[in-house]
Amino acid sequence: MFDLPRANTHKERNNILWRLHIDLPLLFGLIVLLSIGLAVLFSAVGGETDQVVKQAIRIALALLAMFVVAQVPPRVMQLWAIWLFLFGLILLVLVIVMGDVGKGAQRWLKFGGFRFQPSELMKLAVPLAAAWYFSDKALPPRILPLILGFILIITPTLLIAAQPDLGTSLLICSSGIFVIFLAGISWRIIGFLAGSLAAFLPILWFFLMHEYQKQRVRTLFNPEADPLGSGYHIIQSKIAIGSGGLMGKGWLNGTQSRLDFLPERTTDFIFSVFCEEFGLIGVLVLLTIYIFVIARGLYIATQAQDTFTRLLAGSITLTFFVYLFVNIGMVIGILPVVGLPLPLISWGGTSLITMLVSFGILMSIHTHRQLLSK
Amino acid sequence: MIPDPRNPIKDHISETSLFVTRTVVAFLLVVLMLGGLVVRLVYLQIVKHENYETLSEKNRISIIPEAPTRGLIYDRNGVLLADNLPSFSLELIPEQIKSFDQTLALIKELINVSDDDVENYHKLRKRERRFKKIPLKRKLTEQEVAVISVNQHALDGVYIEARLQRHYPFGLAMAHVLGYVGRINVEELARLPEAQYRASRYIGKIGLEKHYESILHGDVGYNKVETDALGRVIRILEKTPPVPGNNLYLHLDSDLQLATEGALAGRRGAVVAIDPENGAVLALVSNPSFDPNLFVNGIDTKTYSQLRDDPDMPLFNRALRGRYAPGSTIKPALAFLGLQHGVITPSWEIMDPGWYSLPNDDHRYRDWKKWGHGKVDLETAIVQSCDTYYYELAYRLGIDRMHKGMSMFGFGTKTGLDIGEEASGIMPSRDWKRGAKQEPWYPGETLITGIGQGFWTATPLQIALHTAILSHHGVGYKPQLLASYETSEQFFHREKVPLDPISTQDDPNWTIVLEGMRKVVHGLRGTARTAFQGSKYVAGGKTGTAQVISIAQDEEYDEEKIALRHRDNALFVGFAPYDNPKIAVSVIIENAGHGGSEAAPVAKQVIDHYLLRP
Repeated sequence: MFDLPRANTHKERNNILWRLHIDLPLLFGLIVLLSIGLAVLFSAVGGETDQVVKQAIRIALALLAMFVVAQVPPRVMQLWAIWLFLFGLILLVLVIVMGDVGKGAQRWLKFGGFRFQPSELMKLAVPLAAAWYFSDKALPPRILPLILGFILIITPTLLIAAQPDLGTSLLICSSGIFVIFLAGISWRIIGFLAGSLAAFLPILWFFLMHEYQKQRVRTLFNPEADPLGSGYHIIQSKIAIGSGGLMGKGWLNGTQSRLDFLPERTTDFIFSVFCEEFGLIGVLVLLTIYIFVIARGLYIATQAQDTFTRLLAGSITLTFFVYLFVNIGMVIGILPVVGLPLPLISWGGTSLITMLVSFGILMSIHTHRQLLSK
Repeated sequence: MIPDPRNPIKDHISETSLFVTRTVVAFLLVVLMLGGLVVRLVYLQIVKHENYETLSEKNRISIIPEAPTRGLIYDRNGVLLADNLPSFSLELIPEQIKSFDQTLALIKELINVSDDDVENYHKLRKRERRFKKIPLKRKLTEQEVAVISVNQHALDGVYIEARLQRHYPFGLAMAHVLGYVGRINVEELARLPEAQYRASRYIGKIGLEKHYESILHGDVGYNKVETDALGRVIRILEKTPPVPGNNLYLHLDSDLQLATEGALAGRRGAVVAIDPENGAVLALVSNPSFDPNLFVNGIDTKTYSQLRDDPDMPLFNRALRGRYAPGSTIKPALAFLGLQHGVITPSWEIMDPGWYSLPNDDHRYRDWKKWGHGKVDLETAIVQSCDTYYYELAYRLGIDRMHKGMSMFGFGTKTGLDIGEEASGIMPSRDWKRGAKQEPWYPGETLITGIGQGFWTATPLQIALHTAILSHHGVGYKPQLLASYETSEQFFHREKVPLDPISTQDDPNWTIVLEGMRKVVHGLRGTARTAFQGSKYVAGGKTGTAQVISIAQDEEYDEEKIALRHRDNALFVGFAPYDNPKIAVSVIIENAGHGGSEAAPVAKQVIDHYLLRP
C-alpha cells in the first residue's frame, strides 16, 4: 500500500553515530525530553539540586544502558527473547509467592539489599517474546497462532494484575496487543475483541478490582465528592493545570507545586507542574516533541527489515505512547489514577531505565539493518 | 527464509505493506488521541482558566488576623488603671521536637511542670497542626523565664511566648468601675463583628471595659500570607498592622477612690462623688469588692462560687445597682419643691408633738424623735431632720408634684452613667403603683414618701447626682466617667451633658434650702455637726437614717434587738465648698445605724481628701 522511500543508507553507514549504533533524531528527541524533565523536577522539588543531580546520574546510567543495548544486534535479541520471557515469568510467580509488600501491593523481589521489580523486565520481555512468536508466522496471523500469542501476552498480564499493579499490567498487555495489531490482525477480530472487552468490564469491576482501584475510578468521575481524600490529587492537579492558563506562571513560579498543594508532583503528577508553569503553549511544544519521538519510532519500525524487528519497534513505540496518554489522561482527569509516570520526565529510575533500554532496542534495530540492494 | 511446512508461506511484500498500513493507522490514532488530550487541556487552561486561577489563589493566600493591643485606661491624673502586661508561657512546636519525652525531661530539670500541664499539652497538640505553638505551661514566673532562656540552646522547638494580658493594678479598689475583660465566649462570638474579633482573645465583660469595648478594642490587623498545603506560612505578602485601641482618660481620681475605699473601712456600702460643675464622677466605690484580675483568664469555679455565694455580695455593684430608701437625704430637695410650689414659706412653722396623722385617720406617723421637736420651721426641719414637718409638707405637695419634682432631680430614672448596668430605682407615683401593685395610691403613702421611705428607692449614684444638682442650684450634668480618649491621631474630649434645669440658678429658694444644709454640718444642732467639727472649709449636707424594715405601729425600735441585717442604713449627702461646690458626695453604709455618726464622717474624709490634698 505504502512504499516509503528508503533512507540514504550509504550516507548513514559512513556516519560515526551509525557505527556507534545511535539514531541521532531519536537521541535528540530523548535528550530534549530528559532535559525538560530535569528542569521541571528542579521546580517541583522546590529549587533544590540534590534530587536533580540524583536524577541526572540516573539519566546518565539509563543512557549508558541504552547505548549498550543498541550494540546488541536484533537477531541476538530474537534468540534470547523467549528465554528472557520465561525467566521473567518465573520471577513474577516468585513475587506472588514471596514478594515484598510495598504501598499495599506485592511488586518487589529482594536480592540481598537490592530490590527488583520483575514487572519492569516484562515490559521488555513481552513485546520481545510476542514479536519473536509472530516473526515466523504468516501474517496476518491465523486463528490458532493468534490464540497462542494471546495466551503468551495475557499470562504475565494477569500475574502482574494480581500483584496488584493495574497500570503496569495494562502497559504490558497493550505492548503485546500492539504486536498483534501490527501483525495485521483483521479488523473483524479487533471489533470482536473490543466487544468482548466491553462485556468484560463489568466482571472486572465487580469481581476482580480491588476496592482502592474502584475508588480511583469513582474519584475520576466525581473528584469533588471526596475533596480531601481520594479526590484531592485530581482536584489539585486540575487547579494547577487550569491556573497555568495559556502562558503559564513561569518556571519555578508554580504555586500549586511549590507550596505542596500538588501531591506526587515529582512522579505521577509532574505534568501538572509543567502545565502550571509553562501553560498551554508549553504543553503544545512538549506534545510536539513527544509526537516527534513517536513518529521517529514508527518510522524506524517501517524501515525495519524483518517481521521481528518491525513488530518489536512498533510495539515499543506505541507502548511509549500509552505511557504518555495514560499519564496525561489521569493528570487532567479523564482517566483513573493508575500510577504511571510521564515517560522520560517523571522522577524515578526503574521505569526510566526500562524506557531508555527499549529505545536502545529501537536504535539497534535501525542501525543494524543490512544494506539491501534494490 | 525457508518456508515452514506448518505455516502458510510468508509473503514479504504484502506483509510489509500491511505493516506500513497498520503503522500509519496507529500513528493517526496517536495523533487523534493526543488531540483529544489537547482539547481537554484547552478546556482546563483556557476556558476554565479564571476559575482555576481563583482556586489556586485561594489555595495559596491566607489571611491571618492579628489582634490589636487593647487601649489603656488612665485616671484624671494619668495614673494607669488598666494595663496590658506580658504574660509568659512555655510553648512547644511539635514538628521541631525530636522526642517529646526527652525535651520534657530537660524542661523538668529546669522548672516545675505538672502532670496536668502535660496532659493539657497533649490534648491541645492533637487538635492543632504540627507546626503551631502549643502551650505547655502558662504564667511563667520571671525566674522560670530566665532559666528557660539561658538553656534555650539545648531546647529545640521550645519557646517562651509573651502575650499581653490585661492587668488591673488597683485590684479591688477599681473593680466596680472598670469591670474586667475575660475570654470571649461562644455567645459573644456569635454577636461580635466576626472580622474585628478574629484574633482577639479578650473582651470587656462588665463595667467600663464592656461599655467602651468598641473604643478600647482597636482594629484588627491582617497579614496576607502565602501558605503551603498544610497551612504553614511561607512568607508574608502584605501586612496591615492592627490599630491599637484608644486609651481612655477618666474623670475618676484614683487617689480619691483609694481614700474613699479606706474611709469605708471594709463596711458594706457605697460612696459616689461627683463634680457638680460638670457631672464628672470622681470616685465610685462599692464595698466589698473583688479582684478583677481573677476573671481575666477565667476564674476557677471554686473561687467564683465563693464570691457568688458570699452573703456580703462582693460581685454586686452597690453604687449602681443598690436600691436603697434615700431617707432624709431628700429632705432639702423636697423643701425646695415646697417653696417652689408655694405650699410652704421659710418662716412657716408647725408644732411637732412627735407624730403626725392625716385628717380622719388615727394612724400616727411617727417622728424619729419620740417626744417631738416642738416648734419647727423650714430651716429647723432640715437641720434636725424633722419628720413631722415633712409629713405635713408631703401632704400639702401631694404625690403628683413630688413625683414630678423629684424626677427632675434624677430619681426613678437611670442617670445614664457611662458604665450602664444601673438600676433605675423607684420614684413612686400613682401610675407606678397602679402598674406595679395594681392598687390605688393611698394618702398615707404620700407621707412616707415625704421622708424618703416607703416605695421610694434610689441608687447611691442617683442620690449623689441629686446632691450635685441641688448644690449647683438646680443645674445638673449627666454623670460621666470618661473625660477623654486618645486615638493615634488626636484627643477627643467628652463635653459635659447638661440636664434639664430645675428652676433658675438665682432662684432664692436654693439659698434657703442650702443654708439649711450648711447648718446640718456647721449648725449648733446639726445632725452632722460632730463629723464636720473643725473642718477647714464650709460644706453643706444632709444625714439620713433609713429603715430597712418597717416598724409596726406602737412598736419600739430597739437597735439592740434587731438583727444586724435589719438595722438601719446610714446615709449622708454633702457638698463643698459651700459657695462654689467642687464635690458632691453620697454615702450609704448598710445596717450601720445613724447617718450622722456613721456616714457623715466618711463623707468628711472624702471631701477632705479631695479639697485639702496638697
